[in-house]
Amino acid sequence: MSADESQPSPHRLPPRGEARGRLASSLRGAVSALLPLARRLATMVVALFGASVLVFVVLNVLPGSPAQVILGTQATPAAVRQLTAQLGLNKPLVSQYFDWMGGLVHGNFGISYISHQSIGGQIGQALTVTGPLVLFALLIGLIIGLPLGLAGALRNGRVSGSFIGAMSQLGMAVPSVVAGLLLIVVLTVKLHVFPTSGFPGWSDPWQALRALVLPSFSLGMVEGAIMSRYVRASILEQLRSDYLRTARSKGLRVGQALRRHGFRNAAIPLVTVVGLELASLVVGAIVVENVFSLPGLGLLLLDSVNNRDLITVQDIAMLVATTVLVLNLLVDLSYRLLDPRLKGTA
Amino acid sequence: MSSAVLPNAPAAREVPADEAFADLERRGRWLRNPSVVIGGGIVALVVLSAIVSIFWTPYDPLAVNPAHALAAPSWAHWLGTDEYGRDEFSRLMASSQIALFVGALSVLIATAIGIPAGLLAAAREGAISQVVLRVTDILYGFPALLAAVVLAAAFGASKMTVVLAIGIAYIPVFIRVTRSNALVVLNSEYVLAARAYGRRTFSILRRHVVPNIATTIIAQMSLLFSLAILAEAALDFLGLGTVAPTASWGTMLASSQDYLGSDALLTLWPSLAIVACVLGFSLLGDGISELREARRRS
Amino acid sequence: MTALLSVRGLSVSSGPLELVRDVSFDVDAGERVGLIGESGSGKSLTALAVMGLLGEGLSASGSVRLGDEELLAASELRQCELRGDAIAMVFQEPMSALNPTRRIGDQVGETLRIHRHLSRKAAERAAVDLLARVEFTEPERYARMYPHELSGGQRQRAMIASAIACDPGVILADEPTTALDVTVQRRVLELLDRLVDEEGCALLLIAHDLAVVSEVCDRVITMYGGRVVESGSVSQIINEPRHPYTQALLATSKALSVSESSLGSQLPSIPGTVPSAGHFPHGCPFQDRCDRRVEACQVMPEMVETGRRALACWNPVVGATPSSGGEAA
Repeated sequence: MSADESQPSPHRLPPRGEARGRLASSLRGAVSALLPLARRLATMVVALFGASVLVFVVLNVLPGSPAQVILGTQATPAAVRQLTAQLGLNKPLVSQYFDWMGGLVHGNFGISYISHQSIGGQIGQALTVTGPLVLFALLIGLIIGLPLGLAGALRNGRVSGSFIGAMSQLGMAVPSVVAGLLLIVVLTVKLHVFPTSGFPGWSDPWQALRALVLPSFSLGMVEGAIMSRYVRASILEQLRSDYLRTARSKGLRVGQALRRHGFRNAAIPLVTVVGLELASLVVGAIVVENVFSLPGLGLLLLDSVNNRDLITVQDIAMLVATTVLVLNLLVDLSYRLLDPRLKGTA
Repeated sequence: MSSAVLPNAPAAREVPADEAFADLERRGRWLRNPSVVIGGGIVALVVLSAIVSIFWTPYDPLAVNPAHALAAPSWAHWLGTDEYGRDEFSRLMASSQIALFVGALSVLIATAIGIPAGLLAAAREGAISQVVLRVTDILYGFPALLAAVVLAAAFGASKMTVVLAIGIAYIPVFIRVTRSNALVVLNSEYVLAARAYGRRTFSILRRHVVPNIATTIIAQMSLLFSLAILAEAALDFLGLGTVAPTASWGTMLASSQDYLGSDALLTLWPSLAIVACVLGFSLLGDGISELREARRRS
Repeated sequence: MTALLSVRGLSVSSGPLELVRDVSFDVDAGERVGLIGESGSGKSLTALAVMGLLGEGLSASGSVRLGDEELLAASELRQCELRGDAIAMVFQEPMSALNPTRRIGDQVGETLRIHRHLSRKAAERAAVDLLARVEFTEPERYARMYPHELSGGQRQRAMIASAIACDPGVILADEPTTALDVTVQRRVLELLDRLVDEEGCALLLIAHDLAVVSEVCDRVITMYGGRVVESGSVSQIINEPRHPYTQALLATSKALSVSESSLGSQLPSIPGTVPSAGHFPHGCPFQDRCDRRVEACQVMPEMVETGRRALACWNPVVGATPSSGGEAA
């Protein structure tokens, strides 16, 4: 027997007591699969903690009393003091931080100084707009990006391929604000197809969907352009890979070989892209909601900034940051799931 | 192809003319790459208009002239005037200053922190590298727009909060790009050889790593410059950046919103300016990476 | 007698660049032919052109006949029917040639699913049998593994298993042992040798090492600069190489095999380097590096066939070969 057979290290099982050996090895397998997962989760918790401290510090370092802001400049110092105490703002910053964090962990976002409403309720309401917006935009991005990228890869080196490449390059340079405003000019002002702005609420689902069409497109088209470039690169890499050539040497046509061998491997980097795109859509929604006056998270955030409603800003910032970090984590984990080479690696 | 079984004898002849030709070819490659030519052209145009606008614009970009409000394009006002009678063309020119200022300064902040941190994380395994990576994790949670909103809420909106927000948001990108590229160089055999000769880490970073990753970093800078301009436009539009009377493409877009029905051109001009400028920087960045790829392959 | 695989005037070009020029050779049924030459001599491109698997930007002209079917003119659909079934290929890098995300058994059995329309289950069982045939001791277990869990030699044996799955008439093996450890090379080569024997299929073995070819093959074709420069039986080529290039290859090959005992002495090598594609001189491509160069070499010499031997050289080596003992012609 040559060195060949003994080179890799698939744990050899003893012939006797095989069942026990197998159990032990599968246990070992489970631990080695869960350990990196636990480590990754721990680093995310650390990152979330860091992010919350950052948000809290930045929004609370400045001198200036929220009570003063709420009561206006004419308020008596006594009234300001009383409100400050009532809001818990006379406590040291550290305990204020833990009050805030403790609330967040239990799902209690606090009460707005300005509107005196539950911030959690307002955020929940806003999410019924932002959530569908982001999902529709992602869907549009995928519907545009996947076929365009695939076509770009298959037509690489031809005029049509270069044209697709140029279009997506151009699409990437269009900010969603611009896309939104131009869509309004053409489809609303000139053709009266869609409502300009605002949101009628979900009580009338048809009107609600109509109101979301243009915002979703403004967000989704740009993301589609970005996505198409990643898809194109990913598919091209597959088309040029040795194993696709092997697959063709077995008698598969290019399309079949790509379906059987290319797509799954191409999907691995694309999962990353979709995850990161989702994060950037959540952030991009802040802008688009303001273009179309949609009462989502973005509009709430901006109103809070303008009203100096710092607790709401703090909450929403933390929510968005958490979403982005969790998406990063999910991307990371799905990567491991899809690529057998990464199983059990840190 | 097979590995060289036949050891190669020293190159038969080395004619200096050959090298001169190769040099010419190298320069020619830059000029033949359409991304570099078009992107570089647009960037040059934007830079030129920004510089010229410091000394001269057709009109004062801030001069209000109610008599000529919302004028159509004409010989007097090439692109027309806005709702206060301010010359659109002059305002577009003046805005390029802000775009370039925000882009340059934010990329500078991101590189000034991100590149050294990335090098450090690559060169020093263990605790230092872990700390850098954990900070990177945290910063990933704050995309440019979110960072800008938080900073604007805390310090009030200004050009500087935008610069700071974009700069901070791109620090992790530079850390990651620098670190991963530096690690490739650090693990290469010639660096191992240099180590064997007793070269110190700092000297290896300076002599081997930095020159090797420079092109990649420059390409990345150009791409992030384009993203910074996108972010700046969005933030100005939201009123979280440059404040009203000062001309910037984002504020021009914001004020054009009220005239979508009557004067869509007011929206079109700053839109075109943003798209062109972003396209210029991203094409330039793409072109640089393409050339680097081509050189690596040959 | 008609050859099983017959290549006539095959050229491969990338735009205006001709990378393979006017290559002609035959492989009879059951015959083993070695194709040798340095990197960049066009061996792999020739094999890929025969398979119809040239990369983007490359095109082939000339004639490639398999049995009585013209391959270059055949439709892509027809070529797909033949690939993997009548003609199969083993690639140089078994790591990158196997799909990292699919199990070994899946990939070995795939050829059968395509051409014999086996069900997934049946293909899996067949794959296990095939793995056993290429000397895997625990074929069921290895069939469930991923390529990265195997050693280089195991991967290459799996590749060979998938190539023989449909009993092809011809196997093209492109430097199948080059990427492997020296200790494993011999084993893979012997396996290939035995299987080709058992299957009775023809083999076109591409190598840059004459020693490898002489062990397995009946006949040798030497390529340089995208052209065939010499061909003949193994004993003819080894004992009396006529083309200066073949002679030089032979000398380095021999030197390498004895160099272990004489470390420190300068290895003989062919002077100069292989020019990059498209930068070969006009006329005989080897003239710049050849010590037997004459005036006539500026014109490409015709291929002259004498019996089973063919040679394209104006000033061939006569008699005094490194191993000596050849007669002048």
